[in-house]
Amino acid sequence: MSEREVSRRGLIGFAGATVAVGAAGFAGGRASAAEASDGADGSGNGATATGPTQQNAPASHPFYGTHQSGIVTPAQDRLHFAAFDVTSTSRDDLVALLTAWTAAAAELTAGRPVGGDPTSYDSPPNDTGEAEGLSAARLTLTFGFGPSLFRDAAGKDRFGLAARQPVLLKRLPHFPADALDPQRSDGDLCVQACADDPQVAVHAIRNLSRIAMGTAALRWSQLGFGRTSSTSTTQQTPRNLFGFKDGTANLKAEDPAMLDQHVWVGAGDDPKADWLAGGSYLVARRIAMHIETWDRASLREQENLVGRDRPAGAPLSGGTEFSEPNFATKGREDKPLMAMNSHVRMAHPTQNGGVRMLRRGYNYTDGNDALGRLDAGLFFLAYVRDPAKQYIPMQTKMSRQDGLMEYLQHRASALFAIPPGAAQGEHIGQALFS
Amino acid sequence: MNLSTRSRLSSAVLAAGLMCTATACTTNNPGGVTGGGTQAAGGSGALTVSSTDTECKVSAATAPSGNIVFSVTNDGSKVTEFYLLADDGLRIVGEVENIGPGLKRDLVVKAAPGKYFTACKPGMIGDGIRAPFTVTDSGADLAATGADKELVDTANQQYASYVKDQTEQLSAKTAQFVAAYRAGDDAKARSLYAVARTHWERIEPVAESFGDLDPKMDLREADLEPGQKWTGWHVMEKDLWPPKTGYQALTTAQRAAMADQLTADTKTLYDRTRSMTFTVDQIGNGAKSLLDEVATGKVTGEEEAWSHTDLWDFQANVDGARVAWEGLRPILKKKDAALDASIALKFSALQKLLDQHKQGDGFVTYDKLTKAQVKDLSDAVNALSEPLSKLAGAVTL
Repeated sequence: MSEREVSRRGLIGFAGATVAVGAAGFAGGRASAAEASDGADGSGNGATATGPTQQNAPASHPFYGTHQSGIVTPAQDRLHFAAFDVTSTSRDDLVALLTAWTAAAAELTAGRPVGGDPTSYDSPPNDTGEAEGLSAARLTLTFGFGPSLFRDAAGKDRFGLAARQPVLLKRLPHFPADALDPQRSDGDLCVQACADDPQVAVHAIRNLSRIAMGTAALRWSQLGFGRTSSTSTTQQTPRNLFGFKDGTANLKAEDPAMLDQHVWVGAGDDPKADWLAGGSYLVARRIAMHIETWDRASLREQENLVGRDRPAGAPLSGGTEFSEPNFATKGREDKPLMAMNSHVRMAHPTQNGGVRMLRRGYNYTDGNDALGRLDAGLFFLAYVRDPAKQYIPMQTKMSRQDGLMEYLQHRASALFAIPPGAAQGEHIGQALFS
Repeated sequence: MNLSTRSRLSSAVLAAGLMCTATACTTNNPGGVTGGGTQAAGGSGALTVSSTDTECKVSAATAPSGNIVFSVTNDGSKVTEFYLLADDGLRIVGEVENIGPGLKRDLVVKAAPGKYFTACKPGMIGDGIRAPFTVTDSGADLAATGADKELVDTANQQYASYVKDQTEQLSAKTAQFVAAYRAGDDAKARSLYAVARTHWERIEPVAESFGDLDPKMDLREADLEPGQKWTGWHVMEKDLWPPKTGYQALTTAQRAAMADQLTADTKTLYDRTRSMTFTVDQIGNGAKSLLDEVATGKVTGEEEAWSHTDLWDFQANVDGARVAWEGLRPILKKKDAALDASIALKFSALQKLLDQHKQGDGFVTYDKLTKAQVKDLSDAVNALSEPLSKLAGAVTL
């Protein structure tokens, strides 16, 4: 066996292990994928051998499972998100692409190169190579379908799928203060690549884009360099670019009942789109932050706009990070400690009819603009069972009333239906096509 | 994970790990959407070769028919080569050359059942260190193995004729163009510019293979080095479609000098291509290079910055790539029919798109295209380029 056939993870995944054990690690991914049918992360995906760094985090996440991985999977540190336009008019081509993507995703998430056997010296290699020698980096690949996959702008059925378009899968409405760039919005297909190593995430999107050529073309993509949410109680709450802890009240993998209620589409939710049961909806919003003006705001203003203190992330009504905010608590002059326009008050479930989201966003910076201002912000990603109930009303309210909006601008928007996970031998979204 | 799971896992891991060695870690991944087609249809064998200055150690003396991979490592001190030879000991089934000391390179061959020889050639001289090698019947479909010499010769001759024909037409059209340009008949020169260049663009990789001619004939202003004299097509392009401000038109004498230079360089190109010969991998790579030209220069509108006649060049590059592929089709159809079908489909899709921008005998100028139209063209170029990049490998396997 040559070195090249040993998986990347096999070589590196077990830090400090001998070469022989490293080679065995190659097979480890397969053996455990077959053996472990239900993972500890509540995703229904089996988890592979324990990684070297985080005690509770597996070194890789298997691709196949009840739900797609990359949703309740503990949020990895880096993101490369991509949206595609389907350029072919053939349904067979689309199915062939999803089949090829599924095979490639199983390889990539296991830390193996794409495409199998070595090719002739006179051919371009199947795998682009930049991830060789790197671990699987807990890569997850999550695929989704945009409304435009079902019907084009004129309402025409593109691939014989229109009858099965989910009722809730339509372009998000225009919210007040939106300044959307159509080139960076929407898309027929999406792939969310999350990994602890940015090179592994980019490698995945690059190879999937290459496989898609001739059937689908990259429409837009977004890099995220730092997670802004934790999706597991084992993770610390990270900070967004405003410097505040974000996603404290997020849904967590450890609460499957809440996930069933708020994230996973139920079997009877949409009879025409029964293929989506076990899946979810993904809201993607590119939210630019006016970094420079924010940095000039007093800490008093910053904390009042957010509704939490900056050092610990505790609600201003008192307590610690995970204390429930008390919106009734009042201070001097009988004013509420949690300001009426504070972000936490606007977004809190108790102020929104109990709706929750599973947030999975990332901080981004795309260099700077021509005026020397950072082009930075939050690439907001949220998984919900019902966008019409769980996102649209809240965003409508927030875009008008959230005090933070002074420092924010929504610049891109997309909504995707996220099919359930694929079983071995199936391709992603297979139920939609059968 | 509890302890019992862990121990169960490790034994499974161990067993699978051993199995992996025995079956050489083959995967069942079907590969790309377009059916790249270099994977074996049936059994697949991976072998290692250690080539030292005195030995040629092959990990096994037998392999199942189908795609066989020799991972050759040069463990010696001299540059080495590795060959798989037919049972006559003469015909080369597959080879990897120029492996420097310490380097590793894969030889992928599609081999039918039969007797062969393996050979390492440290120092690249002599008959090499040979050993018999047997390919057993795996039942894999091997309709086309080895290069059909007659088909290869035909393809090479056809392409050489095409290059000769295009340089003849280039000479004739260039003569008309420079005559008009020299005479100050700008309208006529403008109408002939893109037409004459078509014949250059169709064989661009061949023309570019002459490192002395290409910069003299086809250099863009943006590519000039400090102190370098700018000559060729694009000087005259700028002079015929001058910028509105800040441009000093060439004098009659300067025009004549440019015209003479281009005529002389075209004559040199013509002379050199009379007796050129090609190999199938050169033709295959030429087709890919032409599409690369489109992807990097034409689709961005950089090539014809003043005349905006990029779509003429675009079409000519595509024409040239198509001719190269068509010449190789008899070989490709036998070796990888799926790849051939994919290329055929993508050529026609791209042509359909190009046809939408036709106007009279030519095309609309590139500055008239919308961003969305450029994106569509770019997507179609990518769609064709991916399978086309596998052409050279497929016809030489």
